[in-house]
Amino acid sequence: MSEFRMPVLGADMEAGTLVEWRRQPGETVTRGDIIAVVDTDKGAIEIEVFEDGVVDRLVVQPGTKVPVGTVLAVIRSAGGPAPAGVPAAAVAPAPPAPVVRPAPPVPAAPAAAVTPASPAARRRARELGIDLAGVRGTGPGGAVTLDDVVLAGASPAGEPAAAPVDRADGMRRAIAAAMARSKREIPHYYLATPIDVRGATAWLADENARRDVPDRLLLAVLLIKAVALGLRQVPELNGFWTDGAFVPGRGIHVGTAISLRGGGLVAPALHEADGKSLDVLMRELRDVVQRARTGTLRSSELADPTVTISNLGEQGVDEAFGIIYPPQVALVSVGRVVDRPWAADGRIEVRPVLTASLSADHRASDGHRGGLFLAAIDRLLQKPETL
Amino acid sequence: MTPDALKQTVLDALVGVAPEIDRAQIRPDVPFRDQLDLDSMDMLNFMIALHKALQVDVPESDYRQMATLASCLAYLAGKLAAKTPAGPDRPR
Repeated sequence: MSEFRMPVLGADMEAGTLVEWRRQPGETVTRGDIIAVVDTDKGAIEIEVFEDGVVDRLVVQPGTKVPVGTVLAVIRSAGGPAPAGVPAAAVAPAPPAPVVRPAPPVPAAPAAAVTPASPAARRRARELGIDLAGVRGTGPGGAVTLDDVVLAGASPAGEPAAAPVDRADGMRRAIAAAMARSKREIPHYYLATPIDVRGATAWLADENARRDVPDRLLLAVLLIKAVALGLRQVPELNGFWTDGAFVPGRGIHVGTAISLRGGGLVAPALHEADGKSLDVLMRELRDVVQRARTGTLRSSELADPTVTISNLGEQGVDEAFGIIYPPQVALVSVGRVVDRPWAADGRIEVRPVLTASLSADHRASDGHRGGLFLAAIDRLLQKPETL
Repeated sequence: MTPDALKQTVLDALVGVAPEIDRAQIRPDVPFRDQLDLDSMDMLNFMIALHKALQVDVPESDYRQMATLASCLAYLAGKLAAKTPAGPDRPR
């Protein structure tokens, strides 16, 4: 038997609202299955189970907001004893336990289905007092768009929302708490290095000229892969600082900061990024950006990044020094690509250059190692065809 | 395709990429990136949506001509006109 608890989906999460159960008592679950949907400041998150087993009972009803760590459900381990409550070895042959308990009636939940919606649409819906569940979505995957909300607001049918949640405010507060904690607890050190990306951008242009539109790559994917491979060489930047010690990440899961146009940001993980091809990473990045913006990320994506990349170059920033997302120990920031005079082979040429910078936790690593890491990224980007 | 239908298709593609866009607010001569806060992923998704809707392949080297609504409509109209006389879509 194990207790399935409200997961911590990032250092800044304190509570979540159970929106929907996707599995009922008696049903089998396999590690990685989505068992529930939880609503947080970061949108609706699909929650995965961490073990194989059978759902024994559901403890929390949909519509309930509970702190992280609260038991949501009880899961019987696969092959384990039926519900007992005492160590199996201590009991005499027990009467056969019911394999399936009578399922408790699941009350019609106030929000039985998640309504995928963009953060801006959610905010406008709140302002207008519209229940998103009653709005027809025309966005990707049926997501409710700002247009849909405005349209619904113009019609008299829109019902006032039962319990409006101020998501943007909530996200702001959550970011504030995480960043304040980071600056309070983490002794950051900062390093930066300009990187000549003539080879990388030329390779990319060549590659994309050969590809159909849907298969094209973005520079961001080369950067993610280079960071992931660089972390193999400097593993003390990949993981967590927990209880006074460095805990190496199990796998290299690169969190990619995605800004939400309604405000705020999320940094879901691309799992095992060091072992994936650029094509796979590109597909996953597109998928995760889409889901971040429509508000349907999965728990593992939010809970387990072992490092984070922030690509502020997109906003035209030359360089940035980010704040580490605790309990991670490193954050890589990438500035925009600009043409600069560049000295190489005794000559000065104009080359496209970007600045990569590292914010790292000095408790877990030293500047020397951080420097080696940035040098590794530089080296990797000089050979884009090997990424 | 009429100019109006083309505009509708382009706006649909944009809203599909960035659902929060208010299509009535789009100014035709201001770059999408500036007024809609689109990043390179959004632009790529925009191109993919257009590719799907119009069977038009915009090479990266032409992205510059897709920067604003007005220039984008002009560019696509040209592309569509060039491909119509050739008969059916090229096989993919």
